[in-house]
Amino acid sequence: MGELKLMKGNEVIAEAAIRCGCDGYFGYPITPQSEVMETLMAREPWNETGMVVLQAESEVASINMVYGAAATGKKVMTSSSSPGISLMAEGISYIAGAELPCVIVNVQRGGPGLGTIQPSQADYFQSVKGGGHGDYHLIVLAPASVQEMNDFVDLGFQLAFKYRNPSMILADGAIGQMMEKVQLSDFKPRMTAEEIDAKYGSWATNGKKPNRERNIATSLEMDSAKMEANNKRFQEKYAKMQAEDVLYETIRCDDAEYILVAFGVSSRICQKAVDIAREKGMKVGLLRPITLFPFPKQIIGEMAKRVKGFMTVEMNAGQMIEDVQLSVGCAGCAVPVKYFGRMGGIIPTPSEVVQALEQKLIGG
Amino acid sequence: MDVKDIIKPENLVYEKPGMLTANTMHYCPGCSHGVVHKLIAEIIEDLGIQEKTIGVAPVGCSVFAYNYIDIDWQEAAHGRAPALATGISRTNPDKIVFTYQGDGDLASIGTAEIMHACNRGENFAVIFINNGIYGMTGGQMAPTTLLGQVTATTPYGRDAERNGYPLKITELIAQLPGTSYVTRQSVHTPAAIRRCKKAITKAFEAAMDKKGTSFVEVVSTCNMNWKMTPVQANQWMEENMFPFYPPGDIKDGSKADPASFKQN
Amino acid sequence: MAKVRGAVVVDNEECKGCGLCVVACPHDVLGQNKQVNSRGYHFSFMKNPENCIGCSNCAIVCPDTCITVYRVKI
Repeated sequence: MGELKLMKGNEVIAEAAIRCGCDGYFGYPITPQSEVMETLMAREPWNETGMVVLQAESEVASINMVYGAAATGKKVMTSSSSPGISLMAEGISYIAGAELPCVIVNVQRGGPGLGTIQPSQADYFQSVKGGGHGDYHLIVLAPASVQEMNDFVDLGFQLAFKYRNPSMILADGAIGQMMEKVQLSDFKPRMTAEEIDAKYGSWATNGKKPNRERNIATSLEMDSAKMEANNKRFQEKYAKMQAEDVLYETIRCDDAEYILVAFGVSSRICQKAVDIAREKGMKVGLLRPITLFPFPKQIIGEMAKRVKGFMTVEMNAGQMIEDVQLSVGCAGCAVPVKYFGRMGGIIPTPSEVVQALEQKLIGG
Repeated sequence: MDVKDIIKPENLVYEKPGMLTANTMHYCPGCSHGVVHKLIAEIIEDLGIQEKTIGVAPVGCSVFAYNYIDIDWQEAAHGRAPALATGISRTNPDKIVFTYQGDGDLASIGTAEIMHACNRGENFAVIFINNGIYGMTGGQMAPTTLLGQVTATTPYGRDAERNGYPLKITELIAQLPGTSYVTRQSVHTPAAIRRCKKAITKAFEAAMDKKGTSFVEVVSTCNMNWKMTPVQANQWMEENMFPFYPPGDIKDGSKADPASFKQN
Repeated sequence: MAKVRGAVVVDNEECKGCGLCVVACPHDVLGQNKQVNSRGYHFSFMKNPENCIGCSNCAIVCPDTCITVYRVKI
């Protein structure tokens, strides 16, 4: 393993990118994630690993630069925050439609519109349901620590290349700005042109070789039957993600009667809330979805058969609650699913969570 | 001498370039796109750069350019081709990259992307087809539509008060320090086509030599949406478009040298 | 002065009958067929084959690259 350091979440994204053999980063400044590109520019990875770093003229341009480079088989990424991700929605849809791998980091801030620069989780729907036009999904990873900001860059690329699908690291302003100790990863070399040809020669548009047909990166298909077949292939891919790559963490769930469901920074608050609730004699556990898509619906369905209820804790108006309700319903269960959250950039306190749990779920 | 005695392999002087695929082009009869595609195919063959060339297709009629030239291609969203090309050429500096864009794509929705790519001096070539109209969507006004020109969205002619003025984007591009070679060409006569081929060759060579962004506007026809025959359309273009979009080189050199770049 | 003779072969099925080759020809070699091809286009043909000098102008302007040109010195 690499060295142990005290670093900011956003800085770690940059360091992890360099260390995992990333070929390029294209971005545009926006609070609260500008340190990603600032760190990269200060690190000058082009001298060290040959990684390209470019400040684009807009988020629209940066995601399309990612498209161009990704379509040549390169390992490339961008980062932004909520309003910038909205601008990228077009490009993300094209990347998903053209089946290209890349990593997109969203360090969320409150919305809608220009909203606030304070942390939020209000882009849940946008991230897990697609975000742009057409039937597609991103692989969505929700880090809850600076360590996971490090780990999910490499994981995001691994999953993106496994499925030829964009991965999103859905962080928030708190995780991006906080400083924590982090065990950095070892350096992995960037792939050589020969390795890219050998591994991705069937689709990479890196110059037509005599031994293969020309490759075309496109999401366009005018033949409706073929377009439907493409859509079906995408759906099979999403089903495979659901079967093979769901990640979650359970904390004190074994004997729990009530389950808090929370991701990212909310899950850290909920860990403390679980302790407080347990001290008060309530049997509460925490389920932390790590992949928001694919969503851990199976474990929720299994829990639904033995617990008395769920409560999601989200920094939004209640978005993930819909997926929890679906998971409970799909398991044929009818236990209550409640929501507690704060908006506008406010992080809930553990005692607020416990109070809500008592009022909404457990009863007086 | 009988025609049959002339038509023999040893007497062959002109045939379809090998870099063009067998696909029949979807373009309307007489469309300028076919000629420009053919020139690009010939140039890739002449320069022997098939294995190194990556094309970026736009949205518009030439969205299917990738069906016709036998190289690797990427299909961009409307206007974003220069951003894709930037991503490709930055991470693959050994490759030769070009975008192929129409006037709606490049001069309207993609203005930011083309201006900034050219201003950064990205090392790729831009082929810009300007026929003053949106072809694929059915003949609506383009940024380059002339004042008074009738289109589907300017049925009584383009009016400056309502629709603004035709945009000479190539002249703007030539002002940018990142561009190397900026030219305006046409493909309406054999002589013009020969000149255009030289220009596109030069643009590709400039990209290969990392001189900055090279830019070839091809003033073109859209006879279908202009509602003319192909022959009439060429004539209309000469009479109406050439006075405002005069063919010829606008800039011939290299991107600015940072050492002598004046900021005061 | 050496005399040249030329001839062109039009791919009748690929020709879209745009007529650009007809006006590009300096020697009035080409014309548009009264017949149509399977796609309904009046494809070009050599109406005056004896005039052809194999200059390739017709093929150069052809947007569908459906003209092949031959030339011989006599």
